[in-house]
Order: sequence, then C-alpha cells, then structure tokens
Amino acid sequence: MSEHSQVKKLSDSAEKRVQEAIALYPSKRSAIMAALYIAQEELGWITDQAVAWVAERISTPPVQVREVATFYTMYYKKPVGKYHVQVCRTLSCALCRSQKLSQRFKERFGLNPGEVSSDGRWSFEEVECLGSCGTAPMCEINDTYFENLTVEKFDQVLSRIEAENPDLRYSTIEDRLGAGLAGLPKSEV
Amino acid sequence: MGKHHTVLLRHIEHADQHTLTGYESRGGYQQIKKALALEPAKITEEVITSGLRGRGGAGFPTGKKWTFIPKGNTKPVYLINNADESEPGTFKDRVLLEKTPHQTLEGMMIAAWAVGAHWACVYIRGEYAFPYTRLQQAVKECYAKGYLGKNIFGSKFDLDIVIHRGAGAYICGEETGLIESLEGRKGQPRIKPPYFPAAIGVYDCPTIVNNVETLAAIPWIIEHGGEAYKAIGTEKSPGTKLFSASGHINKPGVYEVDMGYPLLLFLNEELGGVKGGKKLKAIIPGGSSMPVLRADELEGVTLDYESIQKAGSLLGSGGFIVMDESVDMAEAALNIARFYAHESCGQCTPCREGGHWIEKIFKRISRGSGKSGDVELIQSIAKQIEGQTICVFGEALAWPAQAFLKKFPEEFKALIEQAEKSEATPQKKRELLNVYYEGAH
Repeated sequence: MSEHSQVKKLSDSAEKRVQEAIALYPSKRSAIMAALYIAQEELGWITDQAVAWVAERISTPPVQVREVATFYTMYYKKPVGKYHVQVCRTLSCALCRSQKLSQRFKERFGLNPGEVSSDGRWSFEEVECLGSCGTAPMCEINDTYFENLTVEKFDQVLSRIEAENPDLRYSTIEDRLGAGLAGLPKSEV
Repeated sequence: MGKHHTVLLRHIEHADQHTLTGYESRGGYQQIKKALALEPAKITEEVITSGLRGRGGAGFPTGKKWTFIPKGNTKPVYLINNADESEPGTFKDRVLLEKTPHQTLEGMMIAAWAVGAHWACVYIRGEYAFPYTRLQQAVKECYAKGYLGKNIFGSKFDLDIVIHRGAGAYICGEETGLIESLEGRKGQPRIKPPYFPAAIGVYDCPTIVNNVETLAAIPWIIEHGGEAYKAIGTEKSPGTKLFSASGHINKPGVYEVDMGYPLLLFLNEELGGVKGGKKLKAIIPGGSSMPVLRADELEGVTLDYESIQKAGSLLGSGGFIVMDESVDMAEAALNIARFYAHESCGQCTPCREGGHWIEKIFKRISRGSGKSGDVELIQSIAKQIEGQTICVFGEALAWPAQAFLKKFPEEFKALIEQAEKSEATPQKKRELLNVYYEGAH
C-alpha cells in the first residue's frame, strides 16, 4: 500500500512511547490499542496517517488497524472539538434527568449529538454508561468526569471552561489529567 | 455501619490508601509475602475453601476456575484482572481502583503465584482515565520497591503487571472478547468450547480472567483463611459483595454487604429509602442486563445469588438500580434496549439484527405508534436471541426486554391501545419512526 511506504513520523515522544508500549506485551500486536491512543493524542483523531503510522509500528497491514479503530468508540473517526462533551444517557443517569443536561448543551451551543462547533472549540455526544451511576447525572469532558450535576452546575463548568480555556485536550493519561480547571476536580463539582 | 464485614472496602476512608505507603501502613502486601512462602496449590485450596465466587457477574467459583489450567501444561500462563466495568448501574470496581488500587494488585500477585503466571494484565475500560492513573502510579511504586519485576519481594518468583486501556466497548467485559481485544483485535467473543480461557486464552495460552472485586478479596482470604471467609454470608454465597446503588434513592453509592442481607432492609436503611418519599416501583438488582423486579416481589428476598434467582432475577454485578413510582416503564425498557442494541459486537445475526429490531419496537410503543402484536413480537424476537449467540450478551439483551413486558404488561398495553385509538395519521406515525432512524446513535 502506498500510504504504508510514505508514513510520516510523529513526534519523538510519540515514537518513544509506542516502543515502550510494544515492550510491555508478549506479542507486538497487543500494542495496537495503545498506539492508536498515542497517534490520536498527537493528531486529534484517527486520520489515514494515524492508521499508517500505527500499522508500521506494529508491523501489521493498515486494514487491521482500521478494523480495530472503527470497532471502539473512543477512537475518533472524525475531528472532535477541543472540548469534547459527553453526556451519559443510560438508565441511572436518565432516571436522574440527564436529558436536561443534553438540552442545556444544545440550547447553549446549538449543537446536536455528533456535531462540532464551527470554531472547533466544542463537540457534543450523548454516550452510554460511564460507570458513574451513583453520582448521576454526569458528563465527561475529554478525560475528566464531572459528577452530581444539575443544570446550574453544568452551566458553571461550561462557563469556566469558556473563560479559563484550560488545557483539557487529549490530556495524556499520566501527568496532565484534568489539569487546568483548578478548583473543579472530579467528583467535587 | 458495623453490621457488615469489611473485606473489600477496608481502609478506603483514609485519604492516602491509594499510595503504597498508605496501603502498607495498614497491613498491605503482608499477604503476598505470606503466600510466597506457601505452595501455590495451598493458595488455590484456600480460595476453594473460601467459596469465593466471581464478582464480575457470573458467580463462578474462583478457586475452581484456577484449577482448570490443563495438567502438564508447558506454555506460559497468563492472568488478567478484568476492570472493564461496563454493565449499566455498576461502579464498584471503580471505587476499588481509585481508592485502594494496591489491594486488587496484591490479589493479582497472590493469584499469579497460585496459577504460575509471570505476566499479568489489568484490562481497564478506556473511560476510567482517573482510576487508570491511580493504577499506573501503584504499579510504578511496586516496580520501584521490587514488588514487581524480577524476584518479587526477594523471592524466586518473577511477575510483570501491565495496565491495558480499553477504548469503549461493553463487550470487552466478556472474557473471551477481552482476550481478543488484548490481542489487538475487535473485541468479539470466541466460540465455545473451550468454555474457559484457562484451557486456551490469550496468545493461545492458558489464561485466568478474574474481576477486580474478586481479586481484591484474595488478600483477606489469605490473611484470615478460607474458613473465616466462608463463615460470612450464606452457605452457597459466602463472603461480602459490593453493591453499586443508583437511581431514586437517598444515599446512592457503593456498599459492602454481607451476602444474605435482606434486600428491603438494605434499600430502606443503608440506602435511606426511596428519594422524596415516593413509592417504590421496581428495582434491577444486578446491573441492567438482569430481569427487573416489581416492588411487590421483594418481600423476603435477600442479597445473595440464590435468593435473587428465586425471586426471578440474578445478582449479576450487584448494580442495584432503584425506580420510583414516576418511572415510565416503556421508557426504561427502551433505554436498556437501546444500550444493548448499541453495544452488540455485531458478530452473531440474532443479536446484531434482533437488538435493533427490539429497540425499534420499544421506541414506537413509547412514542405513541405501537401496534397490537408488538409485545408478542418483542417476546418472540427475544426468544430467538436467547441461547442462540456465541456469548451471553444475547441473554443480556433478551432478558431485560422480556422482563419489562412480563412485569408491567398493563403499561405497554395502555400505550398501544392509546396509539391505536389516536388521531395521528399514518404519515405522522411514519415521521416519528423517521426521527428514530435519523437520530439513531
């Protein structure tokens, strides 16, 4: 495949991290999922380049990488906003009126599920159970959970993000998780 | 509290329990040291004696599972801690991972020694980013102190633990789906037999898959002995169980309960009863895939595998969802049907097609376009899914649909009668369905 022979390198840090991930497993292919995350953090979503890069690193045909990337919802098949807001809609959250959060988001930003704002700042999705049923209703913005929400609290979170422009985008798991929204840590909104 | 034993949530009230220092200051990592001095077979024996049953949902005896590794096996053995907690209404593993990650790691170390695994992995659902950081940190601390890696705790035993992050697929909680995913594929469950990955698992090697909560109970069992664990709870459901309580209750959260504790007492005392003084309508006792129980079916039911099964549901993951009198059961059934239709891995036709079909019919019933015969149609589709698929996801899809129709027939009947009498034109009704098609996912 031509894309295979013209794979662009990602950053040194991504190249290093993918090799570290490969070293963790008895078989190289097990690192596909980790490699997809690394590529997505750098490129924003699973582009053709991301697929080709992962395929080359894992020594597997690109189609196999694409198959994995399309099966799992957390690999983005199209660009998402800088702040990707996911409201849980499954039973426990629905019983606690999560619909009101979705409505509020639609009112405020005029976005329907699956849409991205024209400035690329916001995207919105209604998602299935995030394992936060005892603190329903809730939403996840990038990698951070905001729990025990009311419409007012949800609005406050959105306003603070608008005002402070925190770096929540693809927070790498290890050190930047939830960074930038001081005073609003998870579970304590 | 004080009413229940605390095997699993010991010390979680301490703010530093997630750190190695905090965990060790309260007796952490003493049991793996004890275990390493014992024969592996002795550990398995102790776990068999304890009667511990798998806490992921199926309730299979843990010790017995460990013995399924083929005799005379020469391949590497792998151990997987299943932290892909995705069953709606379940968030107990998250609490263990966030507040006391070393406990399930110590359980893994003991289990790895018992089954002879030198490579182990925690498969954690992708959305659990915060618990993932806690686990990563915990594993890092263990490597730094020589608790993982070569010659752990100065023994001759080597063990590596890797944290593998999933990426948003419910089906990866099914152990063979998880194994496929771990091998870098779509998480589509494998055909049985073999029934247990203990025979053929990850990379075609014997693999033991246990849930976070199951493994978190192991250090206590080694500390106090299998008999002491068996003395808690009921004869067939020994020990304590975590329940994730959510929905219309005053005190939602994760509770550790001695098995056999009365369900209504749990609801009214521990959970503070139904919120806002409303009347109880129904509960789902074991996560959303388990059959719903009406309020009038709960008298005398106790929180253990046998009693809940006798009442017509299953203990499952212990996801305890409470619904008050205001809940529209057609909406609740639709919500659950939508979840399972969305999460089908697409491998088996009855589940892939049937799930969306059931969702579509529930949708038209609850949106005022139901037709007579719809209830029977859902029942018939569900019957053709149940038992006809590679994994139990088929049942997870069929059971709640069947149960909602069976337990609350009058609500569905009323909606359908209303729809048939309604003035809405066929055009209007078609529009309603089109909204569904366009709005799907």
